[in-house]
Amino acid sequence: MEVIFILIGVSLVLASSFLFLFFRAMKKGQFDDTYTPSVRILFDTHKNQKTVKPKPSPKTK
Amino acid sequence: MKEVKERNNTLCFHCGEQCLDESLRYDEKDFCCPGCKLVYEVLNENGLSSYYEYGEKPGIKNTNNNKSVNRFDYLEEPEVIQKLIDFQNEKETHISFDIPAIHCASCVWLLENLHRLNEHIFESRVDYVKKEVHIKFLHKSLNLKELVRLLSKIGYEPSIQLDALEKKPKDRIDRRLIYKLAVAGFCFGNMMFFSLPEYFSEVSLLEENFRGLFVQLNIALSLPVIFYSATDYYRSAWYSLRSGRVNMDVPIVMGIISLFVYSLYEVIALGGSGYFDSIGGLLFFLLIGKYFQQKTYDRLAFDRDYKSYFPLAVTRLGNKGEEVVSLPKIKVGDTLKIRHGELIPADSLLLEGEAQIDYSFVTGEEVPVSVKKGSLIYAGGRQQAGALLLNVQKAPSQGYLTDLWNQDSFQIEKSKELESLANAISGKFTLVVLMVAFGSLAFWIQRDVSLAMKTFTSVLIVACPCALAMSTPFTLGNTLRVFGNRKFYLKNSHVVEQLAKSDTYIFDKTGTLTDPAAAKVDYIGFCLDDEHKSVLKAMVQHSVHALSNRLNVWLGGIKPAYVEGIEEFSGKGIEAIYNGEIVRLGSAKWLGIGDVRTKGFGNRIYLSIGGEVKGYFHIQSGLRNGVVKTMDQLKDMGQVHLLSGDQDQDRENLQKAFGPAVKMNFNQSPKEKLQYIKFLNDGGNKTVMVGDGLNDAGALQESRVGIAVTSQSTHFSPASDAIMDADVIGHLPQFIALAKESRNVIKASFVLSFLYNIVGISLAVQGLLSPVICAVLMPLSSISVVVFTTVMINYLAMRKGSKNNYLWK
Repeated sequence: MEVIFILIGVSLVLASSFLFLFFRAMKKGQFDDTYTPSVRILFDTHKNQKTVKPKPSPKTK
Repeated sequence: MKEVKERNNTLCFHCGEQCLDESLRYDEKDFCCPGCKLVYEVLNENGLSSYYEYGEKPGIKNTNNNKSVNRFDYLEEPEVIQKLIDFQNEKETHISFDIPAIHCASCVWLLENLHRLNEHIFESRVDYVKKEVHIKFLHKSLNLKELVRLLSKIGYEPSIQLDALEKKPKDRIDRRLIYKLAVAGFCFGNMMFFSLPEYFSEVSLLEENFRGLFVQLNIALSLPVIFYSATDYYRSAWYSLRSGRVNMDVPIVMGIISLFVYSLYEVIALGGSGYFDSIGGLLFFLLIGKYFQQKTYDRLAFDRDYKSYFPLAVTRLGNKGEEVVSLPKIKVGDTLKIRHGELIPADSLLLEGEAQIDYSFVTGEEVPVSVKKGSLIYAGGRQQAGALLLNVQKAPSQGYLTDLWNQDSFQIEKSKELESLANAISGKFTLVVLMVAFGSLAFWIQRDVSLAMKTFTSVLIVACPCALAMSTPFTLGNTLRVFGNRKFYLKNSHVVEQLAKSDTYIFDKTGTLTDPAAAKVDYIGFCLDDEHKSVLKAMVQHSVHALSNRLNVWLGGIKPAYVEGIEEFSGKGIEAIYNGEIVRLGSAKWLGIGDVRTKGFGNRIYLSIGGEVKGYFHIQSGLRNGVVKTMDQLKDMGQVHLLSGDQDQDRENLQKAFGPAVKMNFNQSPKEKLQYIKFLNDGGNKTVMVGDGLNDAGALQESRVGIAVTSQSTHFSPASDAIMDADVIGHLPQFIALAKESRNVIKASFVLSFLYNIVGISLAVQGLLSPVICAVLMPLSSISVVVFTTVMINYLAMRKGSKNNYLWK
């Protein structure tokens, strides 16, 4: 029955980890906009073949 | 008789509107105007043609093409830039723009590919729901003015308003509430896990040393709840006690503290387990209720004032010529240049130009007013003719318009005066609970000390008014949500209570009861064939006069004919030449008929061709759908009044439509409207004002409930308690009825929670309830009240809505 002690410790660590992750996601604004990502997912990433003068995209931070 | 050309059914490839004129062909596609064609060219050249794949004809017609090139010059001022940007360092600048034109997936796609239009924009991100875009760019290579011009060029002009220059600190309560809720949920869940053996005391699941460990873990987990999640309640109760009152949070705090102290006592002195899980559950459910209430009206922005209405900058004539300056920099004595369609930002004298000022925002009068040279023009009017030169007489903060905003009623905080039903009850409730608790303590302490402590704590625990605290926010929160789904947005839950008590209803006329698109136009005279209608179409679409707009709508989709020499004479009418004949449309006097006395309502426009009068158009304001029925239903609920800034030509017509019970007042200035509401308030009436413009702002604020009617809820609205979409004004009686029912539901839930408390206290004072049972009953009673209020509100909304073919979603 002593394994219960270990399980209690592990469950508390896991729960605390998820709480910490929630706080971090909240702080980073992950829950600020809950709609736009559903639109963003539909966009294609391939370049448009009609490009007349392709421009090199600058690196984004 | 000539045959009119077949109507052109071509749709614009960019915006999807019908090409009323000749369509412009480019790249095998049709466009309705050079603006749409230009946007297409820009997108095509930069490889952004995917814009047209994510939405069907996603563009919006750009109507600002003819605006001046230096329109955004004020964005070069460091003072303006500093107030608009979010962040700036040596290389990059971060800024957020409010872009009302965002409406579909293509808009999101295009605005997030700005880096392909200009390489100095290296990141942009759209918040679709808020219609915002956050842009990061290199400000040394691309300045703010050029950025805004680029956005405007592709049809997504940012909405920059004067109050953005006085940035208000964002409200952080929402996020902190979520953190507290997360902590309470985390602790509550784990405490319930560790308390599981206690609820199955018959079964010896674990050994004694586990019990000790679990109790200590529960104590540790309750500390974040006690000292972090509950801090808002402590603060609220402390403020309340300091001001000599007892609000809803005082008994909650007493329950929390007594529960915690007794639990510690039981653990330390008696070797028991305490009730820490009940503390966690209590806070968790309370915070859920708070979050739920806040979420229902979070997205409404009610903190705008008159500065939201004014333009951000204006053209001023200086020594070096024209310069664009921000509004706060305007001083008395400056010379301003105002173009067609622009607002007058300050009270000024007219120096030069033909002034046709549309004061409909200020006075409600929909016909522009002619102003002579040297006369005073008030701030808030909109120029409807050519360019003007004005000499500023008062700074923008001291004009006639701001005098209205500085009325007493705007200085009073209405919400502080309100004392809701729950708070009124909780004060007495707390005193009763305290008396019962101490009474039972005194009774039992002579017989059995342990039982005395038990009953005292049980009474305090079981008599927690959580159900009282939760019933109001949950009921009103559900009501707010039902209203919101029906395009009726309330500022907060107090408005529901005020709406429920209302008995007097006052309406503005222009734009509130009347709908510009529903104007009734009658033609009396010789027959008008399609050819003549085409001529009229060509004439009226060149005019921005209110009556011309009415005629334009009435003529519908008729294709305008080619006419020559179109000329508009202010205060008189429009003249044009067609087939060598002079066609005139305007006042009777101008057409040579002389003064004609109309029957008393509506406006008349006379038509003459070749010097011969053909007839006249009779234009009356059209009422919105459902307005007559609304007035009838409101008469059963209380008094109905009409306030209008117009002259009383419509009195007879409206009296016939609404009945003699509606009291009508015309020629009301904004201050007179405000005084009228004040008079009604002083007479003991519970007033509801329904209006649409700034001329109603004083009346809206003075009334108990001010409802702003608007065609787009994202547009400016005065400081009102509610915003109503114009389409649903016919449902106002249903909304008021539901508000009354909401109040009844709150009372019913109060009765329900009182029953819980009476039964619980009765058992607790006899010592028949152990604190464990009380701790279980407390969250259960709260949950049941929450479920009751939620189900009742939705049921009532469905029942009332079904009579109007309302489908609950």
